[in-house]
Amino acid sequence: MSEIKVSGLRHVYSADTPFEKVAIDDINVEIPHGQLVGLIGHTGSGKSTFIQHLNGLLKPTGGAVLVDGEDINASKESSRDARFKVGLVFQYPEYQLFEETVYRDIAFGPKNMGLEENEIDERVREAAALVGVGEAYFERSPLELSGGQKRRVAIAGVMAMRPGVLILDEPTAGLDPAGCRQILDNICEYREKTGSTVIIVSHSMDDVARIADRLIVFNKGAMRFDGTPEEVFSQPEELSAIGLTVPAPTYLAMELKKLGIDTGCAIYTNGQLLDALLKMRGGERNA
Amino acid sequence: MLKDITLGQYFPGDTIAHRLDSRTKLLLVIIYIVGLFNANGWYSYALIILLTGLCMAVSKIKPKTALKGMKPLVIIIILTALLNIFYTDGTPIVEGWIITWEGLARAAMMSLRIILLIVGTFMLTYTTSPIALTDGLELMLNPLKKIKIPVHEMAMMMSMALRFIPILIEETDKIMSAQKARGADFETGSLAKRAKALLPILVPLFVSAFRRADELAVAMESRCYHGGSGRTRMKQLKMQGIDFAALLLGALFLAVIFVMKKFGL
Repeated sequence: MSEIKVSGLRHVYSADTPFEKVAIDDINVEIPHGQLVGLIGHTGSGKSTFIQHLNGLLKPTGGAVLVDGEDINASKESSRDARFKVGLVFQYPEYQLFEETVYRDIAFGPKNMGLEENEIDERVREAAALVGVGEAYFERSPLELSGGQKRRVAIAGVMAMRPGVLILDEPTAGLDPAGCRQILDNICEYREKTGSTVIIVSHSMDDVARIADRLIVFNKGAMRFDGTPEEVFSQPEELSAIGLTVPAPTYLAMELKKLGIDTGCAIYTNGQLLDALLKMRGGERNA
Repeated sequence: MLKDITLGQYFPGDTIAHRLDSRTKLLLVIIYIVGLFNANGWYSYALIILLTGLCMAVSKIKPKTALKGMKPLVIIIILTALLNIFYTDGTPIVEGWIITWEGLARAAMMSLRIILLIVGTFMLTYTTSPIALTDGLELMLNPLKKIKIPVHEMAMMMSMALRFIPILIEETDKIMSAQKARGADFETGSLAKRAKALLPILVPLFVSAFRRADELAVAMESRCYHGGSGRTRMKQLKMQGIDFAALLLGALFLAVIFVMKKFGL
């Protein structure tokens, strides 16, 4: 059970120097347990700064972050606890692999938690299975795997800590479409199995539209939109004004509407578009 | 945070000092150092302090910034002062004491010399970008090519190393955050434990440094880099009027210092 509550969060980089920069200002948000949140925003909009506050890696200049009602910056211990409660997968996580074998790399997090040997073993196997890394890979060096495999091993390394909240910064960046899909599926599976909260930072509207329950849009260090994908993507002009686009199917539906083909409902995934078009023709989609 | 470390201390600007050719500034710093080490009277020091202050004003360096640059060397300055205070013979301040008037004077002079030395070289790095500096060095050392010293290659390596310092710092910062997110602890435990805790940072850092070196080599070769021969520059270094004027002033300064030395001022 992990609930996140952020109030009045503000962060300033290089305070009191000529390079001072306000990264985020006055962020107020509550993320209830079990939600899958998509965090979108332009480069430099403060998304990465925001997520690093959620597990106590960055200390707020102002405001507070509560995980399960406890201020994570209250003491050194609570910050450390927060790191295990809130698992953070950085962008390009494959560059943090360092152990000699895949098994030991996934075990790094659980080991730092001070777990028993057999508990660690169980978690490593579970996490590896979740991301589809077979036991045949356990004794191989993580450095000789392919890009997509490395990424999944790195994500498993965080999943093995069984965090109540899993945050992923651009988990699909730089992967081919098949790799993207697989990683998103792995994440959804983790959520189904553990009931965790998941926050995904992404540039890809299509990805987040497909899986998220809720979208939060950042712009220039502030929250611009917060709502269901349907609500957020129904405002294409506002989104494009801050340099973002709507998912491709939404865009297509909008263009069709201009041509007089009104699909009549909010569309943001391929499936929805297909259903709506078939419905207009009076047919049903074959499962 | 690691990012807060300033390296190279170059601050872009448009003062006369910024506009001088880097070779001029290198030569001036050499002149300055020679002058400084030949000054051994209080009047000479007064002259040098005056000139240094003037140069600082011209290049718009705040005294606070210069003092900050001195921080790492405070211990050396204090040590030098102490050694000179206690190990100089002469008339004691109080009968029977080991501390002498001569020792105090020497200590003051030596500390002042180190401080001025730092400020002088600081002015060079403050007003000259690392690239301009290596370019200047390369051109000045060019005659050494005659005796088969690979000047160009050395300068290229130096500028690349300088170029990669901020990137590697940023990378270290990122890897550290990522490992901290997995519960790595770099701050507590015995020395041996902490050294071992660095492994999760060092391995990925080295892997990425090699990857970057490899990528850079490919990028350079695909743009037909084949060493220094026949290579031209985007920014040509050119000595101008102010450069010669500055060098002339430098020569004058050196002459004055030598004359003062002769008269024991």
